[in-house]
Amino acid sequence: MDKIILTTRQLKAFYLLDIHGRQKVVKAVNEVELEILENEIYGIAGESGCGKSTLLKTLAAVVEPPLRQLEGKVIYHINGEEVDVSTLGDEEMRRLRWEFVSYVPQGSMNVLNPVVKLKDTYHDFISSHVKGKSQEETFRMAKAYIAELGLPAEIMGAYPHQLSGGMRQRVTIALATLLRPKIIIADEPTTALDVIVQRGVMQLLKDIQQKLQNTIILVTHDMGVHANVADRIGIMYAGKIVEEAPTEKIFSQPLHPYTQFLINSLPKFGDKTPRQSVPGSPPSLADLPTGCPFHPRCPQVLDICKEQMPAYIAAAADHKVACWLVEEENGQAA
Amino acid sequence: MKVLRDLLRDYRFTASFIILCILLAYSSLSFFSPIDPTVWVAIARDQPPSSQHLLGTDSRGIDIFWSGAFAIRNSLIVALVAGVVSRFITIPVAMLAGYKGGMTDRVLMFISDSFLVIPLFLIIVLLAVLIRENLSLVTLGLLLACFGWAWDARVIRSEILSLRERGFTQTAILSGSGTMQLALKEYMPFVTPLVFATLINVMAWAIGLEITLAILGLIKLDIPTLGTMIFWALSYQAILLGRWYWLLTPVILSVLLFIALYWLSVSSSEYLDPRSRIQRVGQSLRA
Amino acid sequence: MDKLLEVKNLTKVFSLGSISSRIRITATDDVSFYIKPAEIFTLAGESGCGKTTTAKMILGFEEPTAGAIIHKGKLRTKKEKVWFTEGIQAIFQDPFGTFNPLRTVDRYFFETIQNFKLAGNKKTAVELIDRKLKAVGLSYEEFAGKYPNEFSGGQLQRISIARSLLTDPTLLIADEPVSMVDASLRMSIVNLFKKLKEEFGMSVLYITHDLATAYYVSDRIAIMFRGNIVEMGTVEQVLMQPRHPYTQMLRDSIPEADPRRRWRGRVNLNETEREEYLKQGCRYAGRCPLVMDVCRQEVPADIQVDNVLVKCHNYSEGVIA
Repeated sequence: MDKIILTTRQLKAFYLLDIHGRQKVVKAVNEVELEILENEIYGIAGESGCGKSTLLKTLAAVVEPPLRQLEGKVIYHINGEEVDVSTLGDEEMRRLRWEFVSYVPQGSMNVLNPVVKLKDTYHDFISSHVKGKSQEETFRMAKAYIAELGLPAEIMGAYPHQLSGGMRQRVTIALATLLRPKIIIADEPTTALDVIVQRGVMQLLKDIQQKLQNTIILVTHDMGVHANVADRIGIMYAGKIVEEAPTEKIFSQPLHPYTQFLINSLPKFGDKTPRQSVPGSPPSLADLPTGCPFHPRCPQVLDICKEQMPAYIAAAADHKVACWLVEEENGQAA
Repeated sequence: MKVLRDLLRDYRFTASFIILCILLAYSSLSFFSPIDPTVWVAIARDQPPSSQHLLGTDSRGIDIFWSGAFAIRNSLIVALVAGVVSRFITIPVAMLAGYKGGMTDRVLMFISDSFLVIPLFLIIVLLAVLIRENLSLVTLGLLLACFGWAWDARVIRSEILSLRERGFTQTAILSGSGTMQLALKEYMPFVTPLVFATLINVMAWAIGLEITLAILGLIKLDIPTLGTMIFWALSYQAILLGRWYWLLTPVILSVLLFIALYWLSVSSSEYLDPRSRIQRVGQSLRA
Repeated sequence: MDKLLEVKNLTKVFSLGSISSRIRITATDDVSFYIKPAEIFTLAGESGCGKTTTAKMILGFEEPTAGAIIHKGKLRTKKEKVWFTEGIQAIFQDPFGTFNPLRTVDRYFFETIQNFKLAGNKKTAVELIDRKLKAVGLSYEEFAGKYPNEFSGGQLQRISIARSLLTDPTLLIADEPVSMVDASLRMSIVNLFKKLKEEFGMSVLYITHDLATAYYVSDRIAIMFRGNIVEMGTVEQVLMQPRHPYTQMLRDSIPEADPRRRWRGRVNLNETEREEYLKQGCRYAGRCPLVMDVCRQEVPADIQVDNVLVKCHNYSEGVIA
């Protein structure tokens, strides 16, 4: 059994909004249970507005109002010890950040300080996070790391705007992984990049993962990217993980009707047979349907789906799914 | 009504709303004034506050309470004329420059920049001196309007520039809409909060400038405004002679007016902000 | 008539900067292609390859620096409102930006009807709108009086198509119509293009960087790179047996939604875009694995190989590909 590095238990994180006196609760992360292993790439797939970015924020412990973690726990397994993230103080969390967990938010390539050279950005980063080692030494380490990752050395003397989007993204990823974190959390790292550049960025992430033997939690809406890099995939729908399995299984034998639709709607080269979209539209997280959130769009809906959210069923040891249909067909409970 | 209820949830709006209502009520009393505030020594001079003269009388023999009512009214007239008239310059200039772009934009922005870089205050002082005897409230308002449009035109133009690049502009064009339709139907909803906020700012600026000109003695001093009240109080050494109520009345009135205008501008532009409006539209229909 | 729209040697040069330090960027360089009636033609390529600029010129939003646009055999002479004169309509990339968020969506439909004088009264207008909405799988009841934020991206994109259908266009230009729509809803848009082609005989110029949907939906495809069309032919030919080294690279880099067909090999991303724009000769030479001396000096000609146009020296006479 592989070692677990991150667990969530019944995680609930909602946005509590007040729009001119009208209260609004956006249930972005709703009872999410995850067990993420060491040395794996865990992909989280889902449509826009399903809560996947919010899930990453809670995993990285960057929860700021109006987002609130209402219930449940995020647990880091640091050297065999379980640490509940919510009990950590600011200072402890600051130490863990970058050294244990690195978070690369969406569009982070655009947050590099535009008026300083990358060299200085790296320098600032190192001096604010590394203690004990001399800065000279760490800076040499940074240079070596850049070279190790196959990025050209000249970029250290460049300003961010002189680099292309793909190069900026790779520089950002290199910066975020400089202190060799155990977990890299990456939110849509290749959105808005061209396919060839996207491939280069994913190639870099995979290289880093192989070098550091650590864990990547990768969010993207692009199922093609998941198919190419993820070891396991969690399918997220309306704030919940509705199915989780190794990548091959998700693509070859999806069990949840939503996953089935999602996989079948993807066009493939050499196959022009007509494909259909998932019917209907995704629900608003501020106004979720009762029971299973997918039931208004599900063609095989049962009465119970409208009333109760199904529990996870273990269809196989490594394949769990939350759907009433699966229980009926397989006749086995978890 | 619903709009007002929504707005009143913001304490800043509530406060400014109450202050403005009180000031307006006070100034509208001037229509029923028993005295003519331009006639000197009709009543006893230098009376302290009493039941007959609520805020006393000044050294010219004019009732301070009533002249305060006139002052608010007249200052607001100047501010409104300056604010509203300058919007008639600002909006067309901004829309034209922003939407047409190119040469039109460059010429219009050159003109507005010229207004921004010349030492405005000196020119207004110069003009005020030249036409001082004919400087009625409306002419003063118009004079200020001529100088109060340039900056806002720049602000609104840049909003239009970014709206022009938004997808719905193209949708509207493909729907056969012409320039006028675009400006009025597509852009106005986004520009309205800016127009409103800048209007209030220009009004506050006009009131302030009027006070400055009056203290320098550069406008017709026999019309009671906030500025001229302060001018007379200062020139008769009101503070030195212990007649604090004379100077304090116009000062407190102007401070209240500024605070109210500022909060009104802040809270209403937050309410009218397109992003928060997008949150509200639609839901209200179904709620 | 076998050509609905033809563009010949279309070139657009943008001048940036002040008068003293002008930078000239060639957005499209000598682009020629045609679209047949009832055909879905794809213009594919990465960002900055000139595909959107081409679309804007066809739409009349931009004036070409050089070249000709011929619609239904008639040469367009000046910047025109082609939605009025030629029956060309368009839909755009961002479904949430397509409609003003502060106005109800139906206003655009009524304005279109009014501006194009498509209906005499409100009742016939509503009927017309309902008919077009039914064609995209929606109805007037579920749409009237709603604001854009009450729809999903997929719905908005279909509404946008329905609006463009009001004027019965012969050509629909779709600029990246699915790139901001969720994967699970993309097919509902792409399938519509097929329906428009098959049921209404419309042509669609489908502009995208998503080659998988391009393969699924279109008849012919042109691959653009830095302002040039580098390969053009049927989708089967171009995407299943790519000939140009760039198309091959592009095709290899697409993450296929199939874990059994993962990326093989590695990519090199060293050259910057700027250098590629300013390059003499073939613009792909800096990255091309098959680069020859001639590539760095001369722009390759458009070479026909088995009915596919390939802009590559490797296919010139005397060179064995």
